[in-house]
Amino acid sequence: MGDSQYSFSLTTFSPTGKLVQIEHALTAVGSGQTSLGIKAANGVVIATEKKLPSILVDESSVQKIQNLTPNIGVVYRLGILAAHGMGPDFRVLVRKSRKQTEQYHRLYKEPIPVTQLVRETAAVMQEFTQSGGVRPFGVSLLVAGFDDKGPQLYQVDPSGSYFSWKASAMGKNVSNAKTFLEKRYTDDMELDDAVHTAILTLKEGFEGQISGKNIEIGIIGADKQFRHALLVLTPAEIDDYLAEVE
Amino acid sequence: MSIFEYNGSAIVAMVGKNCFAIASDRRLGVNLQTVATDFQRIFKIHDKLFVGLSGLGSDAQTLYQRLVFRHKLYQLREERDMKPETFASLVSAILYEKRFGPYFCQPVIAGLGNDDKPFICTMDFIGAKELAKDFVVAGSASESLYGACEALFKPDMEPDELSEVVSQALLASVDRDCLSGWGGHIYIVTPDEVREKILKGRMD
Repeated sequence: MGDSQYSFSLTTFSPTGKLVQIEHALTAVGSGQTSLGIKAANGVVIATEKKLPSILVDESSVQKIQNLTPNIGVVYRLGILAAHGMGPDFRVLVRKSRKQTEQYHRLYKEPIPVTQLVRETAAVMQEFTQSGGVRPFGVSLLVAGFDDKGPQLYQVDPSGSYFSWKASAMGKNVSNAKTFLEKRYTDDMELDDAVHTAILTLKEGFEGQISGKNIEIGIIGADKQFRHALLVLTPAEIDDYLAEVE
Repeated sequence: MSIFEYNGSAIVAMVGKNCFAIASDRRLGVNLQTVATDFQRIFKIHDKLFVGLSGLGSDAQTLYQRLVFRHKLYQLREERDMKPETFASLVSAILYEKRFGPYFCQPVIAGLGNDDKPFICTMDFIGAKELAKDFVVAGSASESLYGACEALFKPDMEPDELSEVVSQALLASVDRDCLSGWGGHIYIVTPDEVREKILKGRMD
């Protein structure tokens, strides 16, 4: 309760030296649906649960994995993934990040490197922890990309801090998923293996029957099949991968 | 009397085999009166990227300062040097930003890109790029430079020959232009070294 009197303003430190609103945002993220990403030797895969509140919701209208750079004229694309929770917050970040990619392209006539985009996005998230009249974003992001430096996977938190991962998970089952990934991960993993591992990891903590309709997978790679593109798989494609895992 | 010819200038960049040369005259005048004979118009951005700024001398110096500023920020942010193509886009954007109160400069950009592939380009004072495979020219002596370069250029020249060809093209051209001359300044850039030479021509 001691903290709660300092919860009124997100820019006020509590006597224990914490910014409680930011902690709350991280808690919100931590209790959301599981998402994960794996960086393979030739690409990156990101996957997430897509549990809907009712069977009446049209699942094709919910997209938690989004492309950041447009389809035309770029060598690589960036995938970005809403961890959980706040769909509307995610859309704001996607819109701001897409604008950033376009601004970079307008200036330099080349696609923005993943690191740069992640830094800019993180800067936006940081700004929302320090400005007046706003609250922090209720999402963590997994950003997957492929550029001159090869495949890359980043996680950006509501506080504005970001990390580069070989494989990471977030949401309800973090610790289980991370232990699973630590066991399975190898540096020379191929993209197809990574997709299988991603599915298996999701399956670990999944309540109910996993199918192409209740998970989402995004793939980005250098080989011919994925042509540097972030591919958000269709339910049918996911079912094919699921069959391979079985 | 064009503001581009107020101080007088001649700049040329030429491509060789895995190398390039960029050269300029050294005169700074006020119309027909010569004021300085050691004026610098070619600037190093990094070891493999050079920019030459023809036109109004004062604007050339200001523009150079802004370009260095932007490149240094880029280096700190991205922890790498700019590719020549990227730099050309940046220069173009900086010039067009001032579309209605422009810098009176026509830049020439020359650099070695990925795999040491030479890149040269020029643009007008509001940033419309003109890419070329062989050579680009700019300044008050540009017309005579076109003639000289077209006559002397050969594809895939080695650094030594390229140096000679560019020097001869520059010296021949500035003699046909009253506003540029007083010797020349030339850089030959190869993947491992930059050679700099000061040329003497008709010093009148």
